[in-house]
Amino acid sequence: MALEFTLNGRRVVVEAAAEANLLDVLRNDLGLTGARFGCGLGQCGACAVLVDGRAVTACALEAGSVAGKSVVTVEGLGTPDAPHPLQQAFLDLQAGQCGYCLSGLLIAAKALLDANPDPSRAEAAAALDGHLCRCGVHNRVLEAVALAARRMREGVPA
Amino acid sequence: MIPPMLAANPRLDRWVSFEADGRVRIAFGRMEYGQGIGTSLAQMAADELDVPFARLRVVPAATGDIPDEGLTVGSMSTEFSGPAIRTACAEVRSLFTAAAAARLGCDPAVLDVRDGAFLKDGAAAGLDYWSLAGEVDLARAPTGEVTLKSPDRMRIVGESEPRLDLPAKVFGPAFLHDLKLPGMRHARVLRQPSPQATLAGLDEAAVRRAVPDVDILIDHAFVALICETEADAVRAHAAAEAAARWDGVRRMDPALSEAEALKTLPHEDFEAGAPRPGPSNRRRITAAYGKPFLSHGSLGPSMGLAQYQDGKLTIWTHNQGVYPMRSLAARITGLAPEAIEVIHGQGPGCYGHNGADDPPIDAALIALRRPGRPIRVQWRREDEFGFAPVGTAMLMELSAELDASGRLVDYTAEIWNTPHTGARGTAVAESALAGYVAPPKPPQRLMPDGSRFSGGLLNATPSYAIGATRTLEHVIETPIRSSSLRSLGGAPNTFAAESFIDELALAVDQDPLAYRLAMLTDERGRAVLTRLAEMCGWPRRWEAGTGRGLGLAYDQHRGRGARVACAAEVEVDEEVRLTRLWCACDGGLIVNPDGAKNQIEGGMIMAASWTLKEQVKLGGAGILSTTWDDYPILRFSEIPPIEIELLNTRDPRPLGLGEVSQGPVMAAIGNAVAHALGARIRDLPMTREKIAAALLAE
Repeated sequence: MALEFTLNGRRVVVEAAAEANLLDVLRNDLGLTGARFGCGLGQCGACAVLVDGRAVTACALEAGSVAGKSVVTVEGLGTPDAPHPLQQAFLDLQAGQCGYCLSGLLIAAKALLDANPDPSRAEAAAALDGHLCRCGVHNRVLEAVALAARRMREGVPA
Repeated sequence: MIPPMLAANPRLDRWVSFEADGRVRIAFGRMEYGQGIGTSLAQMAADELDVPFARLRVVPAATGDIPDEGLTVGSMSTEFSGPAIRTACAEVRSLFTAAAAARLGCDPAVLDVRDGAFLKDGAAAGLDYWSLAGEVDLARAPTGEVTLKSPDRMRIVGESEPRLDLPAKVFGPAFLHDLKLPGMRHARVLRQPSPQATLAGLDEAAVRRAVPDVDILIDHAFVALICETEADAVRAHAAAEAAARWDGVRRMDPALSEAEALKTLPHEDFEAGAPRPGPSNRRRITAAYGKPFLSHGSLGPSMGLAQYQDGKLTIWTHNQGVYPMRSLAARITGLAPEAIEVIHGQGPGCYGHNGADDPPIDAALIALRRPGRPIRVQWRREDEFGFAPVGTAMLMELSAELDASGRLVDYTAEIWNTPHTGARGTAVAESALAGYVAPPKPPQRLMPDGSRFSGGLLNATPSYAIGATRTLEHVIETPIRSSSLRSLGGAPNTFAAESFIDELALAVDQDPLAYRLAMLTDERGRAVLTRLAEMCGWPRRWEAGTGRGLGLAYDQHRGRGARVACAAEVEVDEEVRLTRLWCACDGGLIVNPDGAKNQIEGGMIMAASWTLKEQVKLGGAGILSTTWDDYPILRFSEIPPIEIELLNTRDPRPLGLGEVSQGPVMAAIGNAVAHALGARIRDLPMTREKIAAALLAE
């Protein structure tokens, strides 16, 4: 079937099987590999994307369900030349080791800050709790989210 | 002296050369997988050459392009690869300095290098590495006569340079998983449920009903489903799983999930150290500690690609070493190593020997039978949990003799474990091939002093001045595919030893810190432990059994590495909550302080997760824990604030830091939990059931 939705601000039409999952369509059909395959069961968060502003696990979502909706992947947050404040804060605090969880965490953090521009450490941790990190960069990630939130509140350009 | 890794790869131009665009090409044989080694080694190179860090270009790892340094394991890159690349760069600098002196007609001693350009008596000499590159032949071996910079002259080592690999990972494609080769096909392997299982039948028609144009490859018990799209490969694989019948499937006894069960399995015994003590009046104390099988739990399931064309096999992998992958592929395929090229790409953290070696071998086996187009094999989460090697369970039975003053004078560690590097150099696909014969056991590895090396003996004896120590190791024939996991036996042994030291202190009614300091003679170790005690406010420690606990532990990794002390503060009711963790570490020369802290903290969090949560459950045909629901790890809301201090950071010698914090933090948590409960949990993980059992036993 022809599936039409908005991807990182641009309208896309893609031929996708009805039962295809969104992660497969993004990675294999649309060539956006920022969302990572981690478990295929919606358990680890590595594949998170925003669908109409809400962070969801793309591996566990039927592609057809995003018809007409707006999808944002980590590629849609920012670029090396124009990073999102979250991406800049993650780099400034070196909040990563292997990095496999980072795109999902960035997406979840974006959804969090859109809803709550000044989250406490506990609120941020709760918002990221569905995301696994094996290297143990949790504290740096929480600090980076707080740094980005502060910069965004203060209008500091990334 | 020429460092061993440089002696093994002596041509200087293999390590460093100057490129026409004003860049420096640096190559080393260590794989980056997020530990930051590429950045640290580049910092060391830039410092010895005195070139700006930004001018370095690190060569992507591939056979033929980089020096062969074997596997990137054991937290040994900084300690062993560091001196190799530093020496190579110092030799190169010396050769160029001689060439500049010849041009300038001066004594080399009056020349210096700044930002890649030569200074004569402090003034610009009009020459740099690049203008001299045509005159200096680097296709030569090191002299071994060049002196390395002393720490006080280093300007790039010691700086927290941002990681070279990190930016790509926050913007989009970064991993081998993201590579799309032209003409690539997707494959999934129908895994043999267990090594001896034989394929009794596969209803191919049923598979084709799911995916009509699937290419089904069956070779003995090796079955692959090859498709044009990944989605088709996933569906064909699911259909094949339902349509396959296997004979001879192993029935794994679930009781083998527990460390205690190791004693029921066949084993070989190795004793080392002091003779056993005779009868005496000394006080004797014993305790046993257990740690279950653990999964590496890499966040991304492993994958790999292979292409066989014109008699040449190309493999793409995110494993721990391109040359070992070439040897493995050569052994399994029968191809000559020269016919195999291995290209490395970034992957998820592996923390040892996880599944990373396997999908590239799956892909290679398929590619050989389907020459031409590249084959991509992606493992599922269930494959990574179910078929990748696991870290071995361990049982540590400790026995101590104390003199009249309570001092520890005799120490025995009796250790039960499977070989820690057992599955190295093997692939899970092998046993499915016709005519499979298990590869011969590798020869016994020896320590530099000629004694037997065993991963199970790392940190088996605590880092104190003890009268006599001995180890008795039982190496079990493993019931499940097991192999290297971060620190091998190091962390579990330290968990046991440093828990035991607390128990001994308690038995003689002494403060655990004072008890340790009384037998810690190493000055650097004393400095670390003393600083840790200040950081965590040890003197404020309260009475035991209040539900809140503070514990600490100390270890010098492998008796010769970094000195690490950790403390933990916990609250315990139905479960253990970590409220604070601290670490003081003397890891010698610190190349990148921020990266060092990142490694130490990551090790602490992983080990805290091992301690509180993790256990691979055996059963069925092998492993029952095949999803994150079955194998919980610590989550964001369970992570405490962590404070880390680095001591003695300008010592001349760098030491590895990737595996040193786990053991001390495990024991610190164990000691804190014992302090909170007034009862000790000796068998990991410290779940609700174990808390209840410990309280009952008390």
